[in-house]
Amino acid sequence: MAKTITQEFTKGLWKEIPPFRLVLGLCPVLGVTTTMENGIGMGLATTFVLLCSNILVSSLRNIIPPKVRIACFIIIIATFVIVVELVMQAYAYRLFLKLGLFIPLIVVNCIVLGRAEAFASKNGLLPSMADGLGIGIGFTLSLASLGAIREVLGTGTFYGASVFGPSFQPFTFMIQAPGAFVCLGLMLCIMNLFEN
Amino acid sequence: MRELIKMVVVLTVLAAFSGGLLAGLRNGTAAQIEKQQLEFVKGPAIKKILDGASNDPISDRFKILDGDVETSFFVGKFDGKANTVAFESFGKGYSGDIGLMVGVNIVTDKIVGIEVTTHSETPGLGAMAKDDPGFAAQFKGFSITEPIKVTNEGGQVNAISGATITSRAVCAAATDAGNMYQKLKPQLTEKIEEFNK
Repeated sequence: MAKTITQEFTKGLWKEIPPFRLVLGLCPVLGVTTTMENGIGMGLATTFVLLCSNILVSSLRNIIPPKVRIACFIIIIATFVIVVELVMQAYAYRLFLKLGLFIPLIVVNCIVLGRAEAFASKNGLLPSMADGLGIGIGFTLSLASLGAIREVLGTGTFYGASVFGPSFQPFTFMIQAPGAFVCLGLMLCIMNLFEN
Repeated sequence: MRELIKMVVVLTVLAAFSGGLLAGLRNGTAAQIEKQQLEFVKGPAIKKILDGASNDPISDRFKILDGDVETSFFVGKFDGKANTVAFESFGKGYSGDIGLMVGVNIVTDKIVGIEVTTHSETPGLGAMAKDDPGFAAQFKGFSITEPIKVTNEGGQVNAISGATITSRAVCAAATDAGNMYQKLKPQLTEKIEEFNK
């Protein structure tokens, strides 16, 4: 328990960066990262849910009976997910149309429940906030970089703007699900290379 | 025993709190969501159905309250006369409600076009109801006052292969639209007349 708040925050950015290090929450990682914009949108939505659920779980951790803790966590997480869904529908409808199905699926995202169970239910408010924010931003960065690579190679655009000009032949394999697996694997491989 | 009561109380309070919060938020965002759907989903569908109208059907709209359901009607002017109306009805699809925008000529009672608006059907199967223009095109010219069915139920609509439930749901939504249309026709005609002034 000697970790500082800063350490709790930064561990989510590299040491425990969700899709690569923990290899959790792969469903949205593979599903929505066809463009960078989708990746960022999904990442921010997840960050919000993570932060809010960590705050609530951590502050209620002495009240929630251990036997029904998972049920309580799911209620808390589901509530925030629907908040995100409604707000996105009201103010970012275009993004909502693209992410659609994947927003409700944040409820069953292992990262969110995992952080609630493994971290927020055992730690105080501040470390939990730092943890949620760190993991969330790490998740957003991963989704954004994965989305950027796939978008550039698969459709020849970067955040919607054309990179290679009209003569570019899109590498469509990259925007399909198998391309996501290959891309994720290669990125994990490069990360391990740096680590060692 | 104490533990049991605590579990029940905590879960109940949590669930009630969450329910209340979401109900409030839903009410708060309903108007804005409707506006967004109008712009991104219903708008394009209406424009497609009422293609060639001389007015802007999105702004020439009115609402009629039927029971406790309020429906928006979008008026299209052709040849200088407001004679076409588009409105949305719903059918039970394979996964959730399918929204269907139906355009009807109020003089001939015939469908001028339909478009699926909101749905959560399987991509590649049920979603073809929206993605394949050929499916929706079949409905053009049908009389709205008669029930619309798929071919293997004795109707005239060729179902999308692999998506019978979706096809039936779209037919049911169109039939429903017909029932609503017939019920509200006196009010409808009156309101549409106002756009001719």
